[in-house]
Amino acid sequence: MKSTIFSFALLFSFTAQAQEIFSTKTGQILFFSDNPIEKIEATNSEVSSLLKKDGEMAFNVLIKGFKFERALMQEHFNENYLESDKFPKASFKGKITNPEAINWDKDGEYNVKVVGDLTIHGETQKANHDAIISIKGGKISGKSKFKVKCADYKIKIPSVVKDKIAENIDVTVECNYEPLKK
Amino acid sequence: MPKQVFLFGLILLSSSLFAQDDLLKMLEEEAASEPTTEYATATFKSTRIINSQSVENLSEGTLDFRILHRFGYVNTGIYELFGLDRASMRMSFDYGIKDWLTVGVGRSTFEKQYDGFIKAKILRQSKGKRNMPITLNYIAGTMIKSLKWTDPERENYFSSRLYYLHQITIGRKFNQNFSLQIMPTLLHHNLVANVGDPNDLFSVGVGGRIKLNKRVSLNVEYFYQINKLPGTVNPLSIGFDIETGGHVFQLHFTNAIGMTERSFITENKGRWDKGDIMFGFNLSRSFTLKDNRKIKKKD
Repeated sequence: MKSTIFSFALLFSFTAQAQEIFSTKTGQILFFSDNPIEKIEATNSEVSSLLKKDGEMAFNVLIKGFKFERALMQEHFNENYLESDKFPKASFKGKITNPEAINWDKDGEYNVKVVGDLTIHGETQKANHDAIISIKGGKISGKSKFKVKCADYKIKIPSVVKDKIAENIDVTVECNYEPLKK
Repeated sequence: MPKQVFLFGLILLSSSLFAQDDLLKMLEEEAASEPTTEYATATFKSTRIINSQSVENLSEGTLDFRILHRFGYVNTGIYELFGLDRASMRMSFDYGIKDWLTVGVGRSTFEKQYDGFIKAKILRQSKGKRNMPITLNYIAGTMIKSLKWTDPERENYFSSRLYYLHQITIGRKFNQNFSLQIMPTLLHHNLVANVGDPNDLFSVGVGGRIKLNKRVSLNVEYFYQINKLPGTVNPLSIGFDIETGGHVFQLHFTNAIGMTERSFITENKGRWDKGDIMFGFNLSRSFTLKDNRKIKKKD
């Protein structure tokens, strides 16, 4: 009898987990600095993220994983701006404030609000973004577009390159989630 | 009974996973359990420390146009405006065929010299999954002096114009601000002035940089000649690297006029103690010929 309870509990805890957490290691973050003189773009396709049905979510990104068109820019990005030796990662921890807006069992696009702590360059700031959770054939994906202000994260842009790098960087995040396998 | 214990253990394990609702922590733990190799980048700002090659290679698809300029000796005084009236120049194109393979060609006004080199990265400093304390490059070069023959009457061979370089650069980025490298070097002169002069000249160079801030670093470079041609002096150069976007400016003081290895290491006659010092600069402008994102990187 006891062992039945145990196995039931075990089963429950496994299924609970399998249902509740979704993960990806191949999420994409794209950023874009738009200035009349120079357009700078970089992508990172190795973003890891977890999402729970109750709306909780987390992102973890290696700064060195951002790829630029010009290798020299990538070096400067790591060396001079993001200082990736000192601050190798950027992360986000937060939640969807209106998880009830999502019907996880029905295909569709759901507009949600996300709040949380965004950490870049060792600086943590409160972030508040709009996002879209899409469900299609049982597959869950998330997308968000927002602006990051360099100064908020103490990323200094020297006056020499002021006209080449935008103060506000456009960031697009896109993740296709799979149920978490343990 | 053992079965129950096993089950109980499993529940404990699974519930501990379950209880861990800090998702970010989960991500971080997962990342920590899969170590990656992290390569040292930007050991030096440029592919040259001052005159000598650094351990840096150009990235694949990057073309580096370099203009190297040396003025005259400072001790020539006000008449020559402390050397600024004189100029010696080397112009060159370097290209990164692969991340580990750079080739370059150049032309110097000094002794109307052509030069070419290949530079292959053999070891790359890294930590994490793969640990490698140093970066090591092999450089092979040829220099051709194209001055008119000093004695056109005698039988002159083209091969007499040639000089060969073999060099290994061993460097390490100790931390964000300090990098050091040593350069065992062999130069072969096909033709030397006197019968007793050696054709194979060995030397060891030391070069380093200290970063003063994010965009400026102080560089020093010195070569010790193990055997040398008579009357030559070991070259010592001190300078600054200043970086502005796609350019690197290198400003320095040196006692060597030549800007190829054969001239600045084995044929340098300027003496610091006599004031045979000149001001010079290297200007580097890089162009991206291939989109870095489209190049498949192998580890």
